[in-house]
Amino acid sequence: MNAASLVTLMVLPLLGGAVVASLRGNDRLAKQVALGFSLVELVLAAVLWAGYDPAGARLQLTSSVDWIAAFGVHLSFGVDGIALVMIAVVALLGPVVVGAAWREKLPAARTAGGFLGLILVQQGLVVGVFAATDVFLFYVLFEIMLIPMYFLIGGYGGARRQYAAVKFFLYSFLGGLFMLASAIGAYVYAAGRLGRGTFDWATLVAVVRDAPLSTQIWLFLGFFAAFAIKAPLVPVHTWLPDAAAEAPIVVSVILVGVLDKVGMFGFLRYLLPMFPKASQELAPLVLVLAVVGVLYGSLLATGQRDLKRFIAYVSIAHFGFMALGVFAFSTQSQVGAVSYMINHSVATGMLLLVIGMVIARGGSTRISDYGGMARLTPVLGGLFLLAGLSTLSLPGTNSFVSEFLVLLGSYPREPVYTVLAALGMVLAAVYVLWLYQRLFHGPVRGDALVGLASGPGAVEDPARAKVSDLSARELVVLAPLVVLVLGLGIYPKPVLDVVTPSVSATMTEVGLADPVAQGGK
Amino acid sequence: MSALSVSAVFGTPVSGASWTVLAQGSVPAPEVDYGAIGAMLVVFAGACLGVLVEAFFPRHVRWSSQVALTLLTLGAAGVTFGWYVGRSAAPVTTLSGTLAIDRPTLFLWGTLIALALGAVLLIADRSVEPGGSFVAQAAIRPGTVQDRAQAATSGMQTEIFPLTLFALGGMMVFCAANDLLTMFVALEVLSLPLYLMCGLARRRRLLSQEAAVKYFLLGAFASAFFLYGLALLYGYAGSVKLSAIAEATAGNDRSDSLLYVGLGLLVVGLLFKGSVGPFHTWTPDVYQGAPTPVTAFMAACTKVAAFGGIVRVLNVAFKASSWEWRGVLWAVAIASMVIGAVLGLTQTDIKRMIAYSSVAHAGFLLVGSIALTEQGRSGTLFYLLAYGFTTLAAFGIVSLVRDGNGEATHLSQWAGLAKRSPLTAAVFTFLLLALAGIPLTSGFVGKFVVFTAAVDDGMAPLVVVAVVASAIAAFFYLRVVVLMYFSEPATDGPTVTVPGVFTTVAITLGVLVTLLLGVYPAVALDWAGPGLAFAP
Repeated sequence: MNAASLVTLMVLPLLGGAVVASLRGNDRLAKQVALGFSLVELVLAAVLWAGYDPAGARLQLTSSVDWIAAFGVHLSFGVDGIALVMIAVVALLGPVVVGAAWREKLPAARTAGGFLGLILVQQGLVVGVFAATDVFLFYVLFEIMLIPMYFLIGGYGGARRQYAAVKFFLYSFLGGLFMLASAIGAYVYAAGRLGRGTFDWATLVAVVRDAPLSTQIWLFLGFFAAFAIKAPLVPVHTWLPDAAAEAPIVVSVILVGVLDKVGMFGFLRYLLPMFPKASQELAPLVLVLAVVGVLYGSLLATGQRDLKRFIAYVSIAHFGFMALGVFAFSTQSQVGAVSYMINHSVATGMLLLVIGMVIARGGSTRISDYGGMARLTPVLGGLFLLAGLSTLSLPGTNSFVSEFLVLLGSYPREPVYTVLAALGMVLAAVYVLWLYQRLFHGPVRGDALVGLASGPGAVEDPARAKVSDLSARELVVLAPLVVLVLGLGIYPKPVLDVVTPSVSATMTEVGLADPVAQGGK
Repeated sequence: MSALSVSAVFGTPVSGASWTVLAQGSVPAPEVDYGAIGAMLVVFAGACLGVLVEAFFPRHVRWSSQVALTLLTLGAAGVTFGWYVGRSAAPVTTLSGTLAIDRPTLFLWGTLIALALGAVLLIADRSVEPGGSFVAQAAIRPGTVQDRAQAATSGMQTEIFPLTLFALGGMMVFCAANDLLTMFVALEVLSLPLYLMCGLARRRRLLSQEAAVKYFLLGAFASAFFLYGLALLYGYAGSVKLSAIAEATAGNDRSDSLLYVGLGLLVVGLLFKGSVGPFHTWTPDVYQGAPTPVTAFMAACTKVAAFGGIVRVLNVAFKASSWEWRGVLWAVAIASMVIGAVLGLTQTDIKRMIAYSSVAHAGFLLVGSIALTEQGRSGTLFYLLAYGFTTLAAFGIVSLVRDGNGEATHLSQWAGLAKRSPLTAAVFTFLLLALAGIPLTSGFVGKFVVFTAAVDDGMAPLVVVAVVASAIAAFFYLRVVVLMYFSEPATDGPTVTVPGVFTTVAITLGVLVTLLLGVYPAVALDWAGPGLAFAP
């Protein structure tokens, strides 16, 4: 393996996006080409994973080219374990998303070529964000990746798509600009120390980590604003329910599954190593936001009447767990947080896709429009339950491992926050099982399934009552996620092995020892 | 202070007492470095030739000869400029020290010539609006039968071309002016043609004439402010030379009130030209009323000249007293950014919207200008280059979207444009993203260099305000993107005219520079970069 393969992993989807977008006249061919590109991407990512040495250097597969010499900006790429697993998730979701979008009903005058082209471009840019090792380059990609998502939501979304797209963009853009201001601050500080400015991540970390606390706090806040909005943490989360509710399901999968992870990734890659003093000083602030996010997200998920907004609030709760793991400062909790990032993508991605399949059958996103679906679609019901159980972290599913590690690792240092966050686990059982019960159990009912079935003399709509179970395509789309949910639940070692050394390195950069002796992983 | 003498005004080291020299009637001719000011001389010569063409050529060949002459002039100016830059870039002062041809001047001249080329191409286009955007005879009263008749004819006032060249020449002098009096003369030379050009629109003549009158009246006030400030500064320093004022401010045995009042008045005049809020009130009306190619010329070139002047005056003359005035300009910069961003939100006319955007951008530019470091200078210059080309191309696009009554500038008319003209919409989106400062466009790099300079010079709070203003401003750019892409087109909406060669070239030039400076800014940054010193 060499550095070129990492760059290829980023450039290939961009290229694919351009090719697919040019096939606007032929939807079928566009889909096939998009699927081809995403499968090649997946194979490349697998090869990349195989070539990664967990015990090796902090950053591997590095490459660097001058970009703006006057400001010490480089096009540098490289991965650590955390970035690697995130890139793997991006690559994995690629074919899944293309497959799920196969029969997507696009708005009038939109073509599959344009839609899938944007998705591929989005994929390439996100890989770039995870692979960038130059702070300036990271910022550039961080902002650029908003543009395809903006067009995906605004061009292909629901009734309030314009509002949702602009809100999404402005929130992220504002956060990004604060990060830019902080990055400039770090650059200027480093330039004062080194005599020559640079945006190289490793160099900046080495210099800025020793900056005085007051400086660090200001710089921390800028980066934190960007990542907290991206993650998103309460109270800057409000764009996510709107965006997720208006975006097509497959776009929500990318948004929640991949884009939002950039926030958590940023915490680990940029905030903690660059500003260790400020991170410790301000950890209580983040922990409060995290726990509030867990409880608030869980409560609002319980009370949701809209299926897509439900997912958004579930995710907000889960992002709270991840933030707790990151800022509890133990190797265990951070490994938990990182594996949570992956498992959330898998579990929530699957739940979103399953919900998308429900919506595709009923044509409504209101929960009350459904009921008793298990009788009509038993396989869909079963897979919904599996995705739901993974979401509520049932032992044996993938999310359990991560949530358990987060809570276990956080408890020694932050017992109060941990106990409060654990309440979120209880609420998770409530909102998932209750939703499952409402959608799938009991007699067949609801406007979406049987027309105006309620009330005396109600007329059933026979066309709607004939809801069919999952098609072969849908099963193939869900199959890899099912495998991962169960596989990583039973045998998480491959992921943990890759992640742990990088997390340990992050902990070293923060300069904190684990609160209790670690008995292996 | 002795009587006003030649040596005092021009600061020439004249041997012996100056009045004896005067009495003998042998004022030594100032030395002229013709190579250094060649480009400027070419532009003025072209302008003068243009007047002759206007006077002596028959009407039917005027347009073609004027276009040829103007393009030839700009080409020759470019070649002269390139030849001089290639030969030497050492800073020199010439014409008795009234003009300083140093690196900033050269950078600004290059920018101005390139931008003027694009603007002239837009002005010369006759395919978008049949017969050109300009009135056939400016003396026709609006609303009359003759006015309706002229709107349908294909003739136009070709004086616009020499006027453009005169304005350009004035801008070049303005950037290079090394004393305030020269600067004032240059200010008038660049302004007077612009006032006239604003009133020459073929359609919506009343709006256009109103714009011209407003611009003239407010511009006259601003000039008066400048002149009054100049007078007070002369009283303070005993010279109008920037370097002499700098020397005077370094000492402390003079009346500070003269300095501050003079500086204040002078800066008001300059900020007016740069359409910095709160001295921006003319901008929306004039941008809206002026013929779009002229708006493009003003928005791109006037901004460059004005900020070129501001940077020079602040850096050369008032650096030593920066402690006293910088707070005020902080406030002005904040006001400009906030006014531009917030009032831009409420606009429903695309040209007014870009006008307010230019006010916000003027605020960002001011942030860079008051960072009196090498980084601040080079950042501001880069920003000017980047902004000029983006806004030029943006107005080029605006001139293309038309309905039966001329340009369709109301925002609602742009709804669904992407469905009908995907390329136009895509190009305009790119330009809007550049104005918003999204990475991989020149607008982002411009903001980045300016912000870096400001943080480096201890103005981090100002940068935070600028960042928030950028985010607010992004909203109104995005609103246009939303309209174009995510809204259904109106049934009787405007059509996009297929641009002629001239407009296509101008827009392409603007877009390519915007992209190039965004992706590979090193080309311009290196030139605007280290060693960007002003001539002594």
